[in-house]
Amino acid sequence: MANIIIHQNKITSREDLLEVCPFNALEWEGDALVTNAACKMCKLCVKKGPEGVFEFEEDEIVVVDKSLWKGIAVYVDHDNGNIHPVTHELIGKAREMAAKIDHPVYGVFMGSGITKKADELLAYGVDEIFVYDHEALTHFRIEPYTAVMEDFINRHKPSIVLVGGTTIGRSLAPRAAARFRTGLTADCTILDVQENTDLDQIRPAFGGNIMAHIQTPAHRPQFATVRYKIFSAPVCVDPTGVVTVCDVEEKMLESRIRVLEVAEKQISESIEDAEVIVVAGRGVKQEKDMAMVRRLADLLGGRVAATRPLIEAGWAEPKTQIGLSGRTVKPKLIITCGVSGSVQFAAGMNNSDLIMAIDNDPSASIFDIAHIGIRGDLYDILPDLIEKLEATEKNVCTADLTA
Amino acid sequence: MIRITTCIKQVPGTTKVEVDEKTGVLKRDGIESKMNPYDLYALETALKIKEERETELTVVSMGPPQAEDVIREAYMMGADKGLLLSDRKFAGADVLSTAYTLSQGIAAEELPDLIICGKQTTDGDTAQVGPEIAEFLNIPHVANVTCIREVKADGIVVDMDLPNAVETVEAAFPCLITVEKGIHQPRLPSFRLKMATRDREVPVLSMKDFTDQDETRYGLKGSPTQVVRIFPPETDREKETWQGTGPELAGRIHEKLVAEKFI
Repeated sequence: MANIIIHQNKITSREDLLEVCPFNALEWEGDALVTNAACKMCKLCVKKGPEGVFEFEEDEIVVVDKSLWKGIAVYVDHDNGNIHPVTHELIGKAREMAAKIDHPVYGVFMGSGITKKADELLAYGVDEIFVYDHEALTHFRIEPYTAVMEDFINRHKPSIVLVGGTTIGRSLAPRAAARFRTGLTADCTILDVQENTDLDQIRPAFGGNIMAHIQTPAHRPQFATVRYKIFSAPVCVDPTGVVTVCDVEEKMLESRIRVLEVAEKQISESIEDAEVIVVAGRGVKQEKDMAMVRRLADLLGGRVAATRPLIEAGWAEPKTQIGLSGRTVKPKLIITCGVSGSVQFAAGMNNSDLIMAIDNDPSASIFDIAHIGIRGDLYDILPDLIEKLEATEKNVCTADLTA
Repeated sequence: MIRITTCIKQVPGTTKVEVDEKTGVLKRDGIESKMNPYDLYALETALKIKEERETELTVVSMGPPQAEDVIREAYMMGADKGLLLSDRKFAGADVLSTAYTLSQGIAAEELPDLIICGKQTTDGDTAQVGPEIAEFLNIPHVANVTCIREVKADGIVVDMDLPNAVETVEAAFPCLITVEKGIHQPRLPSFRLKMATRDREVPVLSMKDFTDQDETRYGLKGSPTQVVRIFPPETDREKETWQGTGPELAGRIHEKLVAEKFI
């Protein structure tokens, strides 16, 4: 196996040798320097250690015949047949990569009563959709879903399998990858493909403080999961692909899990969980103008929050107050409208991913923490913005089923 | 009596790590270690079950000899037995080979009724090891568990959190669950248990104790994924200031919202 060889005879000084390894994987065993189980095979000791002491012994790796694995497959994520848009985004990325290596794009669609829904995916440019439609697949249970995925992979041998980073995808993908003893890279933010069909996967680690570039060079298929809204949905095409209905065999349906009850979830109203927040501040002059702020939040699928003076005036619910005496939020996007940005307010929101601040006072302290400071009157900007958002068509492909 | 195994991992005490620009390697000097915070919820879930019925709770960890610390911490919280999987042959393991090593360690003795894993770790963030262990042990798994409804003699009833629904499912033993953060508030280590478990052993298993002796399934060699390089993420957003007429600014905001995929 791969190994760090330590040439004891080349060691001239024992001093500082243990410090070469940041993982504390070097230790003295009597007079001999050895590596312990903390070794990450990072080869830092080979690079930074004293000349000739550390040597990395390469393995001979058995590489699969990559030409036998063809196609980029996308797992169709859905809830009762309602296809999750992350599926469209993955199809878009799959098409882009498939064009480079001249591979087909597949969809794998499993569930109950879903066959008629498969057609709508063709307009996104999938070449072939494999449908496994069976009553026993109504609810997600891990063993049958993995068995179906296994059946698809065995029959069609895709080079790459892309799965949405949803609750189901993050449970299914590792299970299927382990069954094929192959690699899976979770939550990729960048994907590309090499000529030899190796998938370049880039993902954040350590809470996003480090980016890692990962490959699966000797195994197929290559599994990757990607979260929603990382890639863009593709441009629609005239459907040329086909839908293939596959047999669901009884042995695939064995499970030791029973679904007892499915309860619809109460969608939380709290601003802490919102991905998008629009905040009203004192720049909002009258209570009826809150409707404008609310409309903007609705169009962005977000929630309305407010600063303390507006809460005290009774224009917004106390539980929507942001700041030291209110809630702390960290949404993906926060748009402040007429908020001056007191220290107390900023403390409740300055970790948001993207802060866009609209205010007509150039000296407002909100501009110190905003990523994008927009110097203007919210009464000039919001009506136009709302109009533009209302006119934006959603990028949804509709297959012409009459053709 | 039911037998529960909880998987725990020692992780760096902070996620604020830096990359050495020249060598492309993580700088870890002087970083303290702690138990992966998500594993505390798994451990607490097991301890709550233990309060209700007769349970033997084992914690298992894979890592260097120092990882004994997190097993001792689990003893101080109330775990009965510990198991450390440590061998230089495990070095350089990715998710697949980590999950395989853990599955071999867990199966080295009699398979427990229930395996509980945390949602993910703070250093890898992959949330994959739990489901992969279940696959290697050929047992069912339920991920995203937010509530234990009932522990029966032959199975467990749990709530699984889905985006639009909560599914209540019963999984037959032996099975594995991964629990969400916040399922129970983790307790603090107790001084009394610290004293009581001071002399308790932490058994260490290495590859030679496993059923599968095939070296190509462990460590770097058993890892299909390879890290080509690591690098720091792009630095924080640049600050911008926009000025103009109302419609101009509305147009720019709109463009930005489209570019950032908020619409």
